Amino acid sequence: MSPRIGVVTFPGTLDDGDAARAVRFAGGEPVALWHGDADLKSVDAVILPGGFSYGDYLRCGAISRFAPVMTPVITAAGAGMPVLGICNGFQILCESHLLPGALTRNQSMHFICRDQRLRIENTSTAWTNGFAHGQEIVIPLKNGEGNFNADTATLDELEAEGRVIARYVDVNPNGSQRDIAGITNARGNVVGLMPHPEHAIEDLTGPSLDGLVFFSSVLNALVGA
Amino acid sequence: MARVVVDVMLKPEILDPQGRAVQGALGRLGLTGVADVRLGKQFIITIDGDVAGERLEQLHALAAELLSNPVIENYVLRVEADA
Repeated sequence: MSPRIGVVTFPGTLDDGDAARAVRFAGGEPVALWHGDADLKSVDAVILPGGFSYGDYLRCGAISRFAPVMTPVITAAGAGMPVLGICNGFQILCESHLLPGALTRNQSMHFICRDQRLRIENTSTAWTNGFAHGQEIVIPLKNGEGNFNADTATLDELEAEGRVIARYVDVNPNGSQRDIAGITNARGNVVGLMPHPEHAIEDLTGPSLDGLVFFSSVLNALVGA
Repeated sequence: MARVVVDVMLKPEILDPQGRAVQGALGRLGLTGVADVRLGKQFIITIDGDVAGERLEQLHALAAELLSNPVIENYVLRVEADA
């Protein structure tokens, strides 16, 4: 039986459809999860997809963090369940304190939408184990508030522990400190990523097939577990 | 009725691109000598009854947990007795 990967829909989520499709392409079984239900439906992993949950009111992810579904997500993440937050999902993970730091307004003030080159720097997480260390990939990036900020001590800790999973290459699109595109928690089961792997899983619509590896990685992690 | 006012500002070390954009516009509109502009949020919460003791503590906790993000923001809370 293929692993069941939950994809949460909040009011204002946009990329739940593509995330579920990416799970299916990778060979997993996507399971729709609803923000208002404190029920993970016995899934093996959870994806918080991109979008503008609650209209980005207050701060991006600040209200979603208190949605009923987040209570079991936070508990499960603490117990080691793989959780991936993409874009708005990354913001929700930071607001939930599952990941350190915060994502603030792009330095340029512009909403950026481009195919972005990244370098994968940690291949031991649940979501990146299928990459080669230092591998460069190209996936879409689209955000207005993707500027990763944390205090120097936190940044140094992330670097020292190898918890920066991906860095922007060629250009830093949003002013993120130390070119950070994605990070993980100490255990490596929770990953936040600003660019969108779910939009790079097939030739017809994506700039590459690189995104699919995030989804096949979690299936590897779950099957191997 | 009590009125609780919570001001939330980005910490001084966090870049405020919106403030910078407003600073530019002020300059274009002829205001000289603008050294810096910072934007913040103000929450005005009207509450039945008095705000003190446990309720005030609860408000402080929520100001830190929901209304602001302590990673990037500071808040100041004050209670104005008669709304």
